[in-house]
This record gives sequence, C-alpha cells and structure tokens, in this order.
Amino acid sequence: MNVRSRLSLLVVQILIFSLLTALLGRLFYLQIAAGPKYRDAALSIQSRDVVAPATRGLIVDSSGVPLALNKVGLAITINRITIDKQPDQGVAVMQRVAKLLKLKYSDVYTNTRLCGELPKGQRAGCWTGSRYQPIPITREADPDIALQIVERSDEFPGVDAQPVAIRNYPELAGVNAAHVLGYVGPLTEEDLLSTNGKQYFRSESIGKTGLEIQYDSYLRGTPGIRTLIVDRKEAITSESKNTKPIQGDHLVTSLDVRLQASAEKALADAVKRGRANGYTSDSGAAVVMDIRTGRILALASYPTYDPNLFEKGLTVQQASDLFSEKKAVPALNRALQGLFAPASTFKSVSVVAAASAGYDLNASYNCPSEVQVGNRAFQNFDSRDQGRMSLKKAIAVSCDTLWYQIAFDEWLRDGGLRPKSNLNDYFFKAAQSFHIPEKVGIDLPSESTSRLADRAYKKSWYQQNKDFYCNYKTRASKSQQTAFLIQLAAENCVDGDKIRAGDAVNFSIGQGDTVVTPLKLTQMYAAIANGGTIWQALVGKAIVKTDGTVVKTMDPQKLGTLNAAPSTLNFLKGALREVVVSGTAAGAFVGFPIEVSGKTGTGQVFGRNLNGSLKDDTSWFASFAPSNKPRYAVVMMVGQGGFGASTSGVGVRHIYETLFGVKGNKVIPDAAIFPTGKPPKELPKISPTTKPKETP
Amino acid sequence: MSDIAARQRLYRRSRSSIFHGFDPILTAAVGLLLLMGTLLVYAATRDWYARNGLDPQYYLKRHVINIAIGALLAYGTTVVDYRLLRAYTPIVWGLGVIGLIIVLIPGLGSEVNGAKAWIALPGGFQIQPAELAKISIIIGMSMILSERTHDSDEPTSRDVLQALVIAAVPVIFILLQPDMGTVFIISASVVTIIAVSGSPTKWVIGLLIIAVLGVFVATKSGVISDYQVKRLQTFVDPTADSQGTGYQLRQARITVGSGGLIGTGLFNGPQTNGRFVPEQQTDFIFTVAGEELGFLGSGFIIFLYFVVLMRAFSIARRTNDPFGRLVTTGVIAWLAFQLFENIGMTLGLMPMTGVPLPFISYGGSSMFATLIGFGLLQNVHARSRG
Repeated sequence: MNVRSRLSLLVVQILIFSLLTALLGRLFYLQIAAGPKYRDAALSIQSRDVVAPATRGLIVDSSGVPLALNKVGLAITINRITIDKQPDQGVAVMQRVAKLLKLKYSDVYTNTRLCGELPKGQRAGCWTGSRYQPIPITREADPDIALQIVERSDEFPGVDAQPVAIRNYPELAGVNAAHVLGYVGPLTEEDLLSTNGKQYFRSESIGKTGLEIQYDSYLRGTPGIRTLIVDRKEAITSESKNTKPIQGDHLVTSLDVRLQASAEKALADAVKRGRANGYTSDSGAAVVMDIRTGRILALASYPTYDPNLFEKGLTVQQASDLFSEKKAVPALNRALQGLFAPASTFKSVSVVAAASAGYDLNASYNCPSEVQVGNRAFQNFDSRDQGRMSLKKAIAVSCDTLWYQIAFDEWLRDGGLRPKSNLNDYFFKAAQSFHIPEKVGIDLPSESTSRLADRAYKKSWYQQNKDFYCNYKTRASKSQQTAFLIQLAAENCVDGDKIRAGDAVNFSIGQGDTVVTPLKLTQMYAAIANGGTIWQALVGKAIVKTDGTVVKTMDPQKLGTLNAAPSTLNFLKGALREVVVSGTAAGAFVGFPIEVSGKTGTGQVFGRNLNGSLKDDTSWFASFAPSNKPRYAVVMMVGQGGFGASTSGVGVRHIYETLFGVKGNKVIPDAAIFPTGKPPKELPKISPTTKPKETP
Repeated sequence: MSDIAARQRLYRRSRSSIFHGFDPILTAAVGLLLLMGTLLVYAATRDWYARNGLDPQYYLKRHVINIAIGALLAYGTTVVDYRLLRAYTPIVWGLGVIGLIIVLIPGLGSEVNGAKAWIALPGGFQIQPAELAKISIIIGMSMILSERTHDSDEPTSRDVLQALVIAAVPVIFILLQPDMGTVFIISASVVTIIAVSGSPTKWVIGLLIIAVLGVFVATKSGVISDYQVKRLQTFVDPTADSQGTGYQLRQARITVGSGGLIGTGLFNGPQTNGRFVPEQQTDFIFTVAGEELGFLGSGFIIFLYFVVLMRAFSIARRTNDPFGRLVTTGVIAWLAFQLFENIGMTLGLMPMTGVPLPFISYGGSSMFATLIGFGLLQNVHARSRG
C-alpha cells in the first residue's frame, strides 16, 4: 500500500468516526439535554384527558339557605367516537336527535364539532372539550324524551342520556342577587390563556363574575381526570391515570336571603316610584351593611337579570341585552361600579371639616337664598332664604348656602387661587379621612374607585386635559363651540390645575367632580355610626368543606379611622337623627317605630339621555339604625330618581321594615331578620334543602 | 510461496472449521446488532399487529428468516475464493442493472413512498435491485482499480474512468427511481474507493467537488428544501401536513428524545406502540431504540457500529491484496454512510430519505446485501492471514 492510499484510508477513517461522534452527540442532546422537553411533547401526543367535572360548592346565606346550588339535569350527549363510525358519519342519528329535541340539525352538528374542525368565523357553539368526552346537546332534557333515546338505543347509537349537575340559583324567598352571585359558564380560550389558565380543563364550567368567579378556586373543586393513552388512529391502548372528582367547597356569605329579597324589592319599588313621579329612574342600588363588622347583609342593583339563563343557554338577544345601553346595562353592578355625585349626603363630611376648622357646631348660622362667590351667585336649594338656624337644623333641612359660605371662607384663607404653602384644606382632609379615593375592598370583581376632587386630582386632571382646553377651538366639536363653553375652556386652560372658588363651594355639598359608589357611601355612614372605623366590606364569610370543616374564614379588615373628635361624631349622629325626625326625611319615616338616622341627597347630573332628555337628579338616602345603638347602615341610590327622600328614603324605610320586623307602625320582634338584634356569628349547617325562615 | 500451495492451505483450513477465519470481534458485534435489530423489529410491530387482530410475530418471523438467508449468503461470501467472486461480479452487476431497469417499467416495478425501487415477487416478497447494485459496484470498481495491466503501481486516469462507468450506469437508473439516499451512499463509496486506490489526486478532488455541487443542486432543485418548507408549515400549523415529511421527522425526534437516559423499556414505548412514527420497523427503526432503550441502548448501537467499522479498517490495513483492501474500503464507506444517513435522518441531522439501517432494519434485500458486505469483510480478513 503506497503512502497516498494509507493517508486516504486514515482520512476516511477520521471522517467516518467524526460522523459517528456527531450522531452520538446529537443523540445525547435529544435524549439527555432536551429529553424532558421531548417527553412532554410525547405525552401530549399520546395522552388524552377525559374530564369528569367536580360538583360545584354551594353558596349559602348566613343562616345556610342556598343562594346557588346544583340541580340534577338530564343531559343528552352524543359520543363522537361512535357516531363518526356510522357510514354517514352520524348525520341520520343527529337528525333524529334534533327532531326529538326540537332543535335545528345545524345546531346539533355545530355543537358536536370540535372548534378546530370548523372554519374560522363559524365556530360559535362549537365543542371546546375533547373528542373522547360525550358532548352534551342539552342539559335540561325532558325525562320522557331521554327515556325514548335510551330505549331506542339501536336508533340512537352513540347518543346517551345521563343525569348531570347544573348550576342553579333557586331564588328562595324571591331573591335574585344576580350581581352578587354572578354566574358560571363554559371555559373560553381567554380563560385558558390567562395566568391561572393551567389549572383549568377544557370542558369545565367556571365562575364568570360575582362570587362565582371571586371564589371559583374553592367552589370549583377538582375535576376527575382519566388519562387515556391512544395510538395514531386515536384508539385507546391503555389508561395511565384515573382520579375521582373532588367536590368543591361551600361558600358561606353574610347575606340573608329574606333581607336581600326585600332590598331588591324595595329598590325596584323605589325605581317605580321615581318613574311615577316623572323621573327617568333608570338604575339603582341598595346596600345593607353590618356597621360593627363591615359585612354586607344585602346588596342589590337595578336593573338585574336571571343568572339561571346562562345554564339554560343564552339566546343572542338575551346576551346583547345584558350590555345594552337601552336596557340600562343590566350586567353592571351599580352598588360597586356606579359612580355618582354624593350630593347632600356629603354634608356629613363637611360637618367633620367645619369642626376641625374650629366652627362651633352648636352655634347658629345664616342660611340665605344665595351666596356671592367671586362674580357668581350660588343659590340655595330652591333659592329659599331660610334665615338663621342651628347647624343641626341646617343639616336637617339640608341648607346649602351655609356650606357655601364656610367653604368659600376656608378657600380664601388657604390662599384662594394662589394656595399658601401650609394649607389647612379642612374639607379635603376630612374627605380623605373617610378614605374616599380608595376601594372598599369588597370580594366582588371590578369594583370602581370613588373619586375625590381634591388638589391632587385637579392637577392630574389638568395634565390630561390641558391640551384639549388650550386648543379648544380646533379640538372641540362644532356643537361644543358655544360662548359659555369657550369661556369655560379658556378658564380651564389658564388655571384648570387650581381649586377655584366654585370648586371649593361645590365640594362642600357633594357636587362637582367628586363621585362615589353606593357601597363607598355605605362604608362612610357605617364609619359615622360605629364611632369612626372604616371597615372593608365583605360578602364572603367562610369557605367550608362538605364535611363541615372550615377551610378559610374571611374577616373584614379595618382600613382606617375617621379623623373626627367623638363630640363631632356625636353631633353628627344627632343631626342625622334630626333629618329623619323633622328634616327632609321626616315624611318618608313618619310613624316609623325604629329610630333611624340618615341624610337625603339629590344630586344634579349633567348630560342627556339617549332620547335627548336632560338627565334627572340622583336620589340618595344614606342611613343607619337604630339611632341610639346603631347596628346597620342602609344606603339606597336611584339614578335619575328625583328627590332623595321620596324615592330612596321610602325605599330604605321598606328595607328597615323587613330588617326589624316592622308591621304597620309596630315592631314584631320575631319577624325581624335577626331576632337577637345582630347578624349570626356562627357558621350555619349547610344543606341544599335548607329553607328560608317563615316570617310570622 | 506459490499460488497453488496457498490455495491448497486455504482449502484445508476452510474445511477444518466452518467458522475458521472469521474475525471474532467483528462477528460478535454484527451478531449483537442482528439480535438488537430482531428485538426492535418485534417491538416495532407486535403491539399494533396484536391490537388489530393480526399475527403479532408476523414481522418477527420474516425478519428471522431474512437473517437466516442473509447468514447463509454471508457464509458463502466468506468461504468462496474471491477469484470466483471476481468471475461472478460482471454477472451480478449485469443482473443488478437489469433489475434497476425492470423497476422503472410500469407494471413490473412496485412503487412505495414515491420511489419505484422494488420488484414484487410471488408470495409477497419483494427485491430491491439497488441493494445488490451497491455490492456489484463496489466489487466491480475494486477489480478495475486493483488490476494492473501496466507497470505503474497506481491506477491510471483510464482505470478511474472505467471504474466510474461501472458505477455510473446503475446510479443513473437509481436516480430515475428516484432514490437520493442510495445515490448519496454509492457516491460516498465511489469517492472513497478511488481515494484509497491511490488514483491521481485530481480525480479525488474533482469527484469531491462534483459531489458537493450535486448536493447543492439537489437542495436548490427542491429535493431537500421542499421538506424543510413542509417542516416549517408543520411547526406553524400541526394540521397542515399531518402525515407528511415534517410530521414524520418531528414525531421521530420526539420519540427518540422522550426515551431519556434509560428509555421506557423494550416493548413499553407508548410512541412506538401507538405507531406515531411511520415506517418504524424499517427506515425509522432507530426511533424504537431511542424510545425504549434510551440513550444507553441507542448509544450502544452506535458503539457496535463503531466496533464493526474499527475492525473493518483494521482488515483494510492488514491485507496485502489491493483488491481486498478496496472492497473492504467500499464496504466500510457503504455501511458508514448508510448508517449515518439513516440515524442522522431520525435525529434530524440529515434530510429525509428512505434508507434502511444496516443489520437492524426489517427488509430482505437490505439485510441480504449488508450481510454479504459483512461476508466480504470476513473473506478479506481470512485471506489476509495467508
């Protein structure tokens, strides 16, 4: 062998052994370095999860009466594996099923297709679960029809009828509570992609809003999973895992079904009353809170909807109505998402401000028909001159001009348009100590934050709107180009970041840019009544396992303390009692056997309705009772409801009637919601069959 | 020593023991590969066949028969005087070419996976002429490049041209099938044989350049880029090419990767038993090793190939006979590039072409051819002692 051959052989040998080494290296990478990744990939190719949903936990009121439970429905299911093997891919079977259930064949077809099987844009109603799961066509079938299907199984191969648990809101005692409870619905792609999407399995129903979503992780339980190993033809080769579903935990709330039902009815009646008096009255909210704990005893929002529709199957019309402006957006929970000017109910804050500014609460003040503030005259309510009166009386009759004067004087003392460096800001500080620009922290989704129009707010508002007002003529629409608005824009451009005299004056009577949710106002009045504690509001009390063990208790946090002297609060309580005794709410509570303290509010709203009419006033009544030893705060608000007293004040009276067991003008202690005078502390026994107590 | 005496002694020796002259390490390594192959073919088919109501040992039985026939062929190749081999080579070559022509005739050749590579025989058997063509090319070229009709010790350009014609005729027909994998393996062997024969360097360099250009043209003309496009589509939308090349290569990688260090255990691979990888008893058999035997098992297979090739190189070095050395070199290149192409494809290093894994894949023609190749190595080994 010559040298060249020898060399060539060596080169070939080196080359070939390099190739073998490359193979070994690649093998190492695939199996060892990237092994776990490929193992996961293999698992998703081989395994199919069949999910058996867990029974959802109940939601009960404080005495154990179910607000949400599970009803046995009859589901008619279609097994894709079986019908696909039919010569016609199950067309005839699906047609028979559609006819029997009085459904459209196209709907049955769509319902039984996996979403990926349908072209994009035609996937509405597709099955989001797996092919191995019997696919429900309906969950509330007539038992007779179900029987027919089971008996004629040769005509209905792959079709089965089986009892399933469906979420049911039993509406005991006529309760609705849709905005508190929420509803459940099928999992969507967004749910799966969300941060906690990993815990879900496709075909599960999960809470969509309200308590159902807030406590979903407890209520949902753990679904049972059968992991099947399949081959390329999707035939099952073995079972690798089989876990039984674990029932969800129950949620005990502080609500009471009878009180909740009563609050809902009182609210609906208040809306009707407002309309009867000629006001638009399109929306409303009512809240009952235990002032010593912050727990919510009832929470109603108007208009409402039927949460049971979601399990029955929502029609397109029903779905769009939920968010329709024309129907006043029933999906919105006004109690915590509606923001309204608090109007005269805010004078309680002004009392605290005046006291800290050193005004004598027991002195007499003028209540003229108007107060000159700069170059503008601010009118009293109805422009009446009511003469000189005590501050208490001024609260009772809801004098405005008194507050204009004090607010204007204080504004001037703080430097007016050129604020001093050491500001007193008595009004803003009083409002801040009520924690207005903070959430009440309720355990319900999407709470709105109330807005306090103080100096910081003005500054940030100016930053956002400066551009618009300083270029008003080019930016504003034609209809906005009126002389008044142009003048206003010019003022806003120059000193829109400053608190002006008008702002300070409006602030003192709860008008202007300050807006609160009904729940926030409830929290504020609860703080006045309980001596100054700002409580977090909570609906949920505890999570309880099916065997009765308590998993978790929810206790409201103390969010803060009012910065007001006890004497100030005592004065305020007396003044608020006077409102009901001889003031604006006297008519609404005439002859009422329980002492109630409260404040009416009639808030001006700017803007127009869809039909072009000017918006009517917001009707408020914020209260607590019993006056001498307060236990409950009750607030009602009716949007565009007109006067505070006649619309909401009367509504609140109806709620107190139920709460205290008032029949006519008499108290029947046994008829009270809480005969002991306080909401129950202990957790109730939970059973789906618990019925509400009958009121004598 | 006279030629006649040597032949007499050889004759005696070969009669004293039928295994006399076999390289024990080479034989043991090939034996282990055959054993592992048998288990893997069984593992690849038993579960699926059983579940579909077929004989789970269908492939196992046929594979064992193939090995038995192949072993006889290997034994025959080992003990035969290779002068006889040289005499038969033109006939084998001619039969191979005729076979390659027959597969291209519609009606006679059967098409599998887009390539017309098989001739169907009665009884469900098929033969693949390209496998036999590999052997005839290796022996034919070795013959021409080792026979000296002139004084020079090295092949002349004329010899090289003759040898290239020997290779080119079958390769053209294989290109028409088309079977790019086999063309690649034969080309690699041709260049290796010419290089080791001591032919003029210009030929070696020239052929290497042609090979590189060939690969480049094949890529550009879509043979390879097409699969890459498909693989990309498969990655973006798994339903786009659910049974195509992208799917197969992805499944193959996942199956191998899921094996980890020790694998799922023989017969226990869910990917294998679910038959997610197509052709897993033939072209993709290495996935079964990867999944069920893990890195240890599949690495051991590569190690066995390493041993086989080590021994083959040692045989090539030790022999004094130029013909034997060239045949050995050709067989080395053939086995090495075929196993690299096959395992490389499975692991995603090489494009997808349908070539079987030597000594392991199910398939008669390939098994016969590789065992004949093994026999050739043994033959040269036995002769080199004399």
